[in-house]
Amino acid sequence: MDLKTLIPQKLKEKFPSAEFEVSDYRDELTIKFDKKDIVEVCSFLKSDSELEFILCSDITAVDWATRKNRFTVVYNIFSNKHNFRLRLKSDVDESDCKIDSVSSVWHAANWQERETYDMYGIKFNNHPDLRRMYMPEEFEYHPLRKEFPLMGIPGSLPLPKK
Amino acid sequence: MDQLEKEINPKILEALLASRNDYTLEDVLENEMILNMGPQHPATHGVLRLLLRLDGEKIIGCVPELGYLHRGYEKMAENMSYYEYIPHTDRLDYISPMANNVAWVLAVEKLAGIEAPKRAQYIRMMIAELARIASHLVAVGAFAMDVGALTVFLWTLREREKILDIWDILCGARFTNSYTRIGGVANDAQPEALAKAKWFIEQFEPNLAEVEQLLNTNRIFIERIDGVGVISKEDAIDLGFCGPNLRACGVEFDLRRNAPYLCYNEIDFKIPTYTEGDCLARYFLRLDECRESAKIVKQILDKMPQGPVHADMPKKVLPQKDEVYTKMEELIHDFMIVNFGINPPVGEIYHAIEGSKGELGFYLVSKGEGHPWKCKIRSPSFNNIQCLPKLVIGHLISDVVAIIGSIDPIMGEADK
Repeated sequence: MDLKTLIPQKLKEKFPSAEFEVSDYRDELTIKFDKKDIVEVCSFLKSDSELEFILCSDITAVDWATRKNRFTVVYNIFSNKHNFRLRLKSDVDESDCKIDSVSSVWHAANWQERETYDMYGIKFNNHPDLRRMYMPEEFEYHPLRKEFPLMGIPGSLPLPKK
Repeated sequence: MDQLEKEINPKILEALLASRNDYTLEDVLENEMILNMGPQHPATHGVLRLLLRLDGEKIIGCVPELGYLHRGYEKMAENMSYYEYIPHTDRLDYISPMANNVAWVLAVEKLAGIEAPKRAQYIRMMIAELARIASHLVAVGAFAMDVGALTVFLWTLREREKILDIWDILCGARFTNSYTRIGGVANDAQPEALAKAKWFIEQFEPNLAEVEQLLNTNRIFIERIDGVGVISKEDAIDLGFCGPNLRACGVEFDLRRNAPYLCYNEIDFKIPTYTEGDCLARYFLRLDECRESAKIVKQILDKMPQGPVHADMPKKVLPQKDEVYTKMEELIHDFMIVNFGINPPVGEIYHAIEGSKGELGFYLVSKGEGHPWKCKIRSPSFNNIQCLPKLVIGHLISDVVAIIGSIDPIMGEADK
């Protein structure tokens, strides 16, 4: 069976109560669901013998600025077995800016989640080492949020201690 | 201890100590040492900073710190048009800028629904493979220099110089090329450039064999790196190792084969793999890949089709300069594209190519405007550095230099 129909079907069988929003754009399959299921869905996709999404290519987020659920966390995973790329998405609202960490599923997610935290301020629950990736620890802002100005905020970066 | 906390951020210190919990901070200061390596260390290939926790000379903890070269390229991409961003991709992996140009335009073309003509695709394939050779030559040379074999660096850079000369003819720049355009390449490949590429490939293999002879018969070099920095196949996949480093662990994963782009379907090539997963395997693998890339370039030059190098889509593809000066329609299109951008339809895509360091991908979100709403760079070096603590723990401090050299991180790409 075609993977594009097989994956949503398997997910619906495994998680009957969850809602999956499937879309296909430019030959890329995207599945969107609630953030509370993220760890279960990811570990199922990784461990299922018919799918085997063992590579976690990339984790990032999108800031929609004015939308109700302001952020969308995007997971980009790859199955070596089928040479198939899948994108998972989950909405996170600014008032509850948290999502469960998938670094227990793929260890590669560790730094990718740290980078997302650094750039967007989305906290990852149960992350083993949630520090900033690029910016200094003392930095208060999250640069990839849309309200952060392109030229930066003068004086926001502390000078190195003597 | 107060002194230590003043110099190292407490959170970093905590991460460093988390690797073994049976020590308290007071113990550590009596028996162990915390060593700061970088960001201005010559062997860290740029501005990588490592905090090493040492027991004698053995490493028991390692925390890499990134961000010393963070220029905010993802933020900048959100504020400029798709065309304007091409020169910025040169500065990501600055050892193989051509491959980054190719990756960016392929991602934008996928988003906007443009297909470049066949000849442009072949030229892109050729420059991507030459960029891979150039990058691996620097990697091997710098790696050998890091472990003490200085001559090799000069020999490999001499070869790389010839590739830079080809780029000089192709686009007028040797280093930051910006040669590709959305829907094609900046200008057709000149016959001189193709002839030079052909000459380069012919003389490259004997020269590479010389380099190899210099290193493979060098017992000090081989013994220095054999069995150092071993990582298993499962760990490598789990930690997100990619590119040549992953293939040196025995995983046959190459996007040119697993998710073909451009015209790699029409080319016959092998994917070299090794099973050892140590520094020596990574060194051998880079040399093998250079040879395979040379074969690919040879086939590309034989098969290079004739025809245009720009897609015929005037609303999306920038017109040629001479047409802009003489024709009304082209002038209007030029004005519209430069001022308002190409406005791809609302949607999101991810496109990755097998860059010289591994999977180089761009995730783009468009809201139908002239500039991307979101651009995420999936950089291979970032993911490779993530494996560094796993590789160095248990080794001596002098091996850290060899291991960093063997995974070939480029900080411009890792820090964005």
